Amino acid sequence: MSEDNEPRKPARRKVELDPKLAAYKGVWVFVEHERGQVHPVSWELMGEGRKLADRLGVELAGIVMGTPGPESRQFCSEAIHYGADLCYLMEDELLKDYRNEPYTKGLTDLVNSYQPEILLIGATTLGRDLAGSVATTLKTGLTADCTELAIDMENRSLAATRPTFGGSLLCTIVTLNYRPQMATVRPRVMAMPEKDGNRTGRIIEHSLGMVEESIITKVLEYIPDNLQGKPQLAFADIIVSGGRGMKKPENFQLIWDLAKVLGAEVGATRPIVQAGWVEADRQVGQSGKTVRPKLYIAAGISGAIQHRVGMEDSDVIIAINSDPNAPIFDFATYGIVGNAMVILPALTEAFRQHLSTARMAG
Amino acid sequence: MEKFDAIVVGAGPSGNAAAYTLAKAGLKVLQIERGEYPGSKNVQGAILYSDALERIIPDFRDDAPLERHIVEQRMWVLDDESYVGSTYRSAEFNREPYNRYTIIRAQFDKWFSKKVQDAGALLICETTISDLILDGNRVIGVQADREGGAIYADIVILADGVNSLLAKKAGFHPELDAKDVALAVKEIHFLPQETIESRFNIGEDEGVVIEMVGKITKGMMGTGFLYTNKESITLGVGCMLSDFKQQKTTPYALLEEMKAHPAIKPLIAGGEMKEYTGHLIPEGGYKAIPKIYGDGWLMVGDAAMFVNAVHREGSNLAMTSGRLAAETVIALKEQGKFMTEANLALYREKLDESFLMKDLKKYKEMPGILHKSPQFFTTYPELINKAAHSMLTVDGVDKKTKEREIRRNFVGKRSLFGLMGDAFKMWRAFE
Amino acid sequence: MHIVVCIKQVPDSAQIRVHPVTNTIMRQGVPAIVNPYDLYSLEEALRIKDQYGGRVTVLSMGPPQAEAALRKAISFGADDAILVTDRAFAGSDTLATSYALASAISQIEKDIPIDMIFAGKQTIDGDTAQVGPGIAKRLDMQLLTYVSKVREVDLENRTITVERRAEGGVQVLKTRLPCLVTVLEGTNEMRFATMSNMFRAARYPLKTWDKEKAGIEDLTKIGLKGSPTIVSKVFAPTPKSVKAEIIDTESNQPKDLAVTLLAKLFTKKPNLVRDIAKNAP
Ligand SMILES: Cc1cc2nc3c(=O)[nH]c(=O)nc-3n(C[C@H](O)[C@H](O)[C@H](O)COP(=O)(O)OP(=O)(O)OC[C@H]3O[C@@H](n4cnc5c(N)ncnc54)[C@H](O)[C@@H]3O)c2cc1C
Ligand SMILES: Cc1cc2nc3c(=O)[nH]c(=O)nc-3n(C[C@H](O)[C@H](O)[C@H](O)COP(=O)(O)OP(=O)(O)OC[C@H]3O[C@@H](n4cnc5c(N)ncnc54)[C@H](O)[C@@H]3O)c2cc1C
Ligand SMILES: Nc1ncnc2c1ncn2[C@@H]1O[C@H](COP(=O)(O)O)[C@@H](O)[C@H]1O
Repeated sequence: MSEDNEPRKPARRKVELDPKLAAYKGVWVFVEHERGQVHPVSWELMGEGRKLADRLGVELAGIVMGTPGPESRQFCSEAIHYGADLCYLMEDELLKDYRNEPYTKGLTDLVNSYQPEILLIGATTLGRDLAGSVATTLKTGLTADCTELAIDMENRSLAATRPTFGGSLLCTIVTLNYRPQMATVRPRVMAMPEKDGNRTGRIIEHSLGMVEESIITKVLEYIPDNLQGKPQLAFADIIVSGGRGMKKPENFQLIWDLAKVLGAEVGATRPIVQAGWVEADRQVGQSGKTVRPKLYIAAGISGAIQHRVGMEDSDVIIAINSDPNAPIFDFATYGIVGNAMVILPALTEAFRQHLSTARMAG
Repeated sequence: MEKFDAIVVGAGPSGNAAAYTLAKAGLKVLQIERGEYPGSKNVQGAILYSDALERIIPDFRDDAPLERHIVEQRMWVLDDESYVGSTYRSAEFNREPYNRYTIIRAQFDKWFSKKVQDAGALLICETTISDLILDGNRVIGVQADREGGAIYADIVILADGVNSLLAKKAGFHPELDAKDVALAVKEIHFLPQETIESRFNIGEDEGVVIEMVGKITKGMMGTGFLYTNKESITLGVGCMLSDFKQQKTTPYALLEEMKAHPAIKPLIAGGEMKEYTGHLIPEGGYKAIPKIYGDGWLMVGDAAMFVNAVHREGSNLAMTSGRLAAETVIALKEQGKFMTEANLALYREKLDESFLMKDLKKYKEMPGILHKSPQFFTTYPELINKAAHSMLTVDGVDKKTKEREIRRNFVGKRSLFGLMGDAFKMWRAFE
Repeated sequence: MHIVVCIKQVPDSAQIRVHPVTNTIMRQGVPAIVNPYDLYSLEEALRIKDQYGGRVTVLSMGPPQAEAALRKAISFGADDAILVTDRAFAGSDTLATSYALASAISQIEKDIPIDMIFAGKQTIDGDTAQVGPGIAKRLDMQLLTYVSKVREVDLENRTITVERRAEGGVQVLKTRLPCLVTVLEGTNEMRFATMSNMFRAARYPLKTWDKEKAGIEDLTKIGLKGSPTIVSKVFAPTPKSVKAEIIDTESNQPKDLAVTLLAKLFTKKPNLVRDIAKNAP
């Protein structure tokens, strides 16, 4: 992305791909996993990578890095089930926890050895840390936080589209003269592909070749979030949020009540956080958290742009607002025009009943 | 702690005019502004009257961010769905140097402030002056809302706008009377330059102002207005605060209705709107002017209620008062005199000699009259529109009958005596 | 302890509008601010300085107006400010930017050795989160991204221990100085500038460096030339025109509204029941 203050003028530049780089072939997807779980974004990317590879007529590979053992192999075969033709597997005890140094070195080595033309990574905390480091080491282009990928067949380049200027514009970025073309992609923007348990593919192993003594950064401890009792907004499937329309701190209890029935996290707008009704960790929006839950319930929230940018990518948004012209109705999925103090309890009760019926139905 | 020759509180037109003039004369000037930068709270479009600025920065046209010079002034009297209007357009307005321009305050204030800083004043933003520091009755400095925020000066110029908190705190100023202030809201509608120019029939750099009275204010004392900027249209409405309270309506509601008016809607159609919060305008006129100077302090601009509501002039009075305040200080400094109340009376003399006080005096009865006469904002616009409609509708009724009907309407709605009284009051006020 | 903090001036994205016809950014009245994420980094650096002593130098690459961002940093308590500005940098992408900033940092280092570099998590205009890691790699420094807490700086052994936000938890990492840290939002709250720092900022003689002073050796690595990524198209998103489906029932009683809503919701998203069941009591 441009570091200029203006978005750069679309440029037409000559393709002068070095013959050495022209030999780079294939689409790669980095399979991110932590604590025994693959991040869903990796499979979303596998689906997307499949399309790109087919368009280019090349192979799709998964990259699995981790400790030696059945888990890593399991991830490889899953990658293949999700669409990969092959997997590059790098197993080493040093890869137990994510650390920038060994992962950067490992992935850089893989790229230099097997020369892919496209490398896709999830735009997670891990993915962004890794992608930025690998791209700089390889001195190639990286387009961050993409929402759309395509191939420009004219010069077989990856056209990566991403929001810029706070989402007010989109730009499409290409890397013409360098390889691989790298991109990180936001979770939950690409569709999850179907899994095909019958697919088979190759696994190519490659070693890391580092010793612990050469790695400067040490992991002293890992504290999983679920043990910390901290609000988990960014990862929540369901969020119930309240805004200034809740009027009084006592009324905010209605938000908590609904959240409890849904096993949801509680979110809030900035004025609520500033008034001290809930802790700062619960603020959703530009200066708070960006969330992408499956269900976001917004009560007494106007839908100001600074709040909107933090939650508009939720799968389903239910808005409760007494003002039929509130901007939140411009982008919510469902709206109820009414007093939140009355609607919320009714909704809580309806959910309670629906869920207990569903539970009994098994 | 540091001491300055002068501290100017506020970086609006009045504060900038004062700080610029003082700094140009070589005084050590500190200017404090609570906004993030000068003009940050003033995003709206406005009219700039050249003369006042010309006397401060003669060559301002070289680089000031001016949107369009005004070539046409329209006056509309609106009924619910119609309007009767007059237009004044003159080729003379198209001859340089132009007399008035539309500006966007955020940009203009920034530009002006840059001039102030280039002249040598020290500007500190994002800092609110919370109190004046007094030695007995004498103002000797200001207290900023920051650690170590006491700053001293020979003179403090209060240019902190309408509702000057400082003046009130120090007891110079009674609490603002809702009768003396208007609450105005503005919106900017962004449109391509070509669209604006074709819609208003104007050339590049040319602009139009439309002043509106009538039903849009629902009987409250106030006006609506529309200006063309380069790539946007400023639209707004303002009414007396006391009226809003009484009518239990909000300026936003008025603005919404105004935008739906068939005469206005097409002018802004297709624009991208940005809404701005309301702002108070001191409109009490001459009679509402508070004490404007005392030991160690001077008051300028809106803080001193220097606004000519009838002609919608404010920034020019602000700049003029800022300049005159600065010239007063410079004169006293040159003569080695102290900034005592007695010596600062020179400021009042200068004001009295200028157009500023003369104009305010001329219209001093105006606010009162309008306030007691809602018919100017309801009945008359309706009648005038009805009359126009009647005269312009060709329906077989002879004109004489129509005239009679119109006259009967006027007298019916308001007694003949009332009509004459209104005319007389207006005549007196404008005299 | 000498800390360099990289800050960038960005347009306040909340106030940006796109020209309806030309799709270009309309900057009229859009204020430039310090990238909000950089403030968390700056504050964290200032806290380390408060605790362990030393200096904080702020560094920015950008147009001359970016001076305002640096002055702001001075008002918060930074000791020095350097603006790297040269037309040759125009059009730099993150790779080129990290090269330019890394060179400038090497120049700063010549005067006073550097123990730590702080960068923002990401910018709100570029939004890439790449420049920080890029600088670290170029200077061959340890990289600590998404730091939510600096637990300890051990000056004697030249180590630092931090908490780093990972996807599903917090990593406690210990590494050696010098290192580059990017700070997670919400980690701290920027202090309120004192009056004397406001004065210092207003009068501070800013250092501006052109490409020579910034020590740029290879001109092919900066600006458009040094940028592998090319913007091929800029366009406005097609606005999400689907407005909310307003739930309406004959009675409009809260209960009916709620039941109607749920019927629609679970028809559209049958799997939601499962997601709820995962977490619900
Ligand atoms: C730089 C910057 C960063 C910001 N960052 C954030 C951020 O990260 N997150 C954030 O949330 N905001 C942020 N804001 C603030 C944002 O602009 C809005 O002010 C804020 O989101 C509004 O919160 P709200 O919807 O709770 O309140 P309001 O805008 O006041 O809306 C209240 C709503 O409640 C409705 N209502 C009233 N009574 C009832 C009732 N009885 N029942 C139902 N509905 C009712 C009203 O119709 C109204 O729509 C930021 C602002 C700036 C300038
Ligand atoms: C809707 C509207 C339309 C108008 N249209 C026109 C027009 O077309 N033409 C025209 O000539 N006039 C117009 N005016 C009037 C004009 O805007 C004012 O008369 C003029 O701005 C007054 O200038 P000022 O410097 O006195 O006050 P302001 O411009 O209000 O400046 C005061 C400054 O002081 C700062 N400040 C306040 N308190 C403190 C404090 N305690 N510490 C530090 N800083 C402080 C404020 O942030 C502000 O920047 C209009 C006004 C309004 C509201
Ligand atoms: N032009 C610049 N000048 C100084 N620092 C920058 C610049 N661009 C990016 N940075 C730093 O790198 C961080 C990440 O930026 P980005 O990769 O653009 O998201 C920012 O928060 C800054 O700390």
